[in-house]
Amino acid sequence: MQKINDKNLKPDHRIIFDIVETGSSVLDLGCGSGELLNLLVKEKKIKAQGIELREKAIYECVEKGLSVFHGDIEGGLGEYPDDSFDYVILNQCMQETRKIDFVLMESLRVGRKVIVGFPNFAYIRSRFNLFFGGKAPVTPSLPFSWYESPNVHFLSIKDFRDYCKEKGINIIKTYYLGSKNTIKAFPNLFALNAIFVLGSVI
Amino acid sequence: MKSAAETVETKYFNFAGPPDEMVLESGKKLGPITIAYETYGRLNENRDNAVMVLHALSGDAHAAGFHKEDKKPGWWNDMIGPGKAFDTQKYFIICSNVIGGCKGSTGPSSLNEKTGKPYGLDFPLITISDMVNAQKYLLDYLGIDRLLCVVGGSMGGMQVLQWVASYPERILSAIPMATALKHSPQQIALNEVGRQAVMSDPDWRGGDYYGRTQPERGLALARMIGHITYMSDESMENKFSRKLKNGGYNFSFKPEFEVEGYLHYRGDSFVKRFDANSYLYITKALDYFDLSSVDNFLPADRKIDIRFLVIAFKSDWLYPSYQSREIVRKLKTRRLDVTYCEINSNYGHDAFLLEFPEETRLISHFLTRVYDHAKNK
Repeated sequence: MQKINDKNLKPDHRIIFDIVETGSSVLDLGCGSGELLNLLVKEKKIKAQGIELREKAIYECVEKGLSVFHGDIEGGLGEYPDDSFDYVILNQCMQETRKIDFVLMESLRVGRKVIVGFPNFAYIRSRFNLFFGGKAPVTPSLPFSWYESPNVHFLSIKDFRDYCKEKGINIIKTYYLGSKNTIKAFPNLFALNAIFVLGSVI
Repeated sequence: MKSAAETVETKYFNFAGPPDEMVLESGKKLGPITIAYETYGRLNENRDNAVMVLHALSGDAHAAGFHKEDKKPGWWNDMIGPGKAFDTQKYFIICSNVIGGCKGSTGPSSLNEKTGKPYGLDFPLITISDMVNAQKYLLDYLGIDRLLCVVGGSMGGMQVLQWVASYPERILSAIPMATALKHSPQQIALNEVGRQAVMSDPDWRGGDYYGRTQPERGLALARMIGHITYMSDESMENKFSRKLKNGGYNFSFKPEFEVEGYLHYRGDSFVKRFDANSYLYITKALDYFDLSSVDNFLPADRKIDIRFLVIAFKSDWLYPSYQSREIVRKLKTRRLDVTYCEINSNYGHDAFLLEFPEETRLISHFLTRVYDHAKNK
């Protein structure tokens, strides 16, 4: 597997970069200014398509030579035939998406595999914040105060596992990230972020 | 100061002389045909740097540069030229006047060789597809096998979509702007009001007015309506508000609001440069346009390897952005490479002629990628 030596690369981007196979096709939902897609195009020769809501980010994507669709995620997934992409990436925006169920099911239809990255609400510091501080948690992966958070859903790793089980979604692989390293034991307690690789609905 | 390089001339291409007339979508034949066109930049040795720019309803072949003695440059001069989005140091730009028009290409005001008089209503009804077929003759004549890009806004955007449908193997990329796959009932209705304004003018005389005055009042009225649809509520507020020409009410029906004066000015200047019958024929071509079926737009039995940049404008209510998103949806069903941007402009439909910085940012990078990709192939 091709590894990349870029110290500035965000840990979640590094993991996703390693997951995606060379020459594959990728749809990145909420691709922002296209950093991850651009890296994948350059280093792994992927065929990239992004979806992004902010107009400013669209220009930045186009300047990088990326193909990007200006709009919300819900509206951007329809019409693609089944299995149009090898991977659909839903990194750090699921918690901001209103119709999560619809978006995940559509992603699984449109992509062969879906890579989901989200902040873990049950991280130990969140629990302390809430239990002892009596305040809504603010952590490195959930950095917003309650009044400015774009997040409309708060979920833990365990919540997401239960959800996949209930919906019959095949979990191919999981990655758990702490502040510096990957977390092996008790991820729901010690992981700031989780990355799930999902396969088809069983 | 105008440099010599900026001075451009309109050229004319003649084809489809009898017995090889061009067969129109209606089944009727048209010929001989003249197409007025201009080119900017140089066609390279490989003949692979050509871009076709397609104009809107009242546009013409003069897209950039200056005609000798002219003070005003072509209609898209901010986009075409050295270092601009369509960089003439890199690309060869072609712009042709549509058939049915009155800016040098064959249209209802042209001489009908059979009668020795202007066609008038003897000119056959034409469609967007007929316009594109005529452009293809021009492309063949210029010896260009594949266009790097076809680009246009409004009716120009429809021609872009028609190029995709008719000759997908002849183009590498397409930029439809502020346009639609079909005219909606609202768009048809607005056009019909414009046509009725022309046809109800007694000077129209069933289209047989050549050698006399043309139906000026009717055509000016049609253009006034048109201009309202090209702006937005917000852009009209910004431009005119309720400003009065003389500072107070006249208590008469003479134009006193600035917006009234503007519309009259637009109407009056339009009749000096545009033929009323051409207005009827071209608006009808717009109304006939319908590529909303994916089988017509992107036929499954044809290999389509075209990159798309679809651009819409937020305040455009004449060609609302949902119509551009509909184009994108159709492209997605064929898994085509597409970038879509809705530019946050308050200029209404006119935005595609005004929002140069945003358009330049999108188009220059998009074109560079298409060009580099083609060269590396």
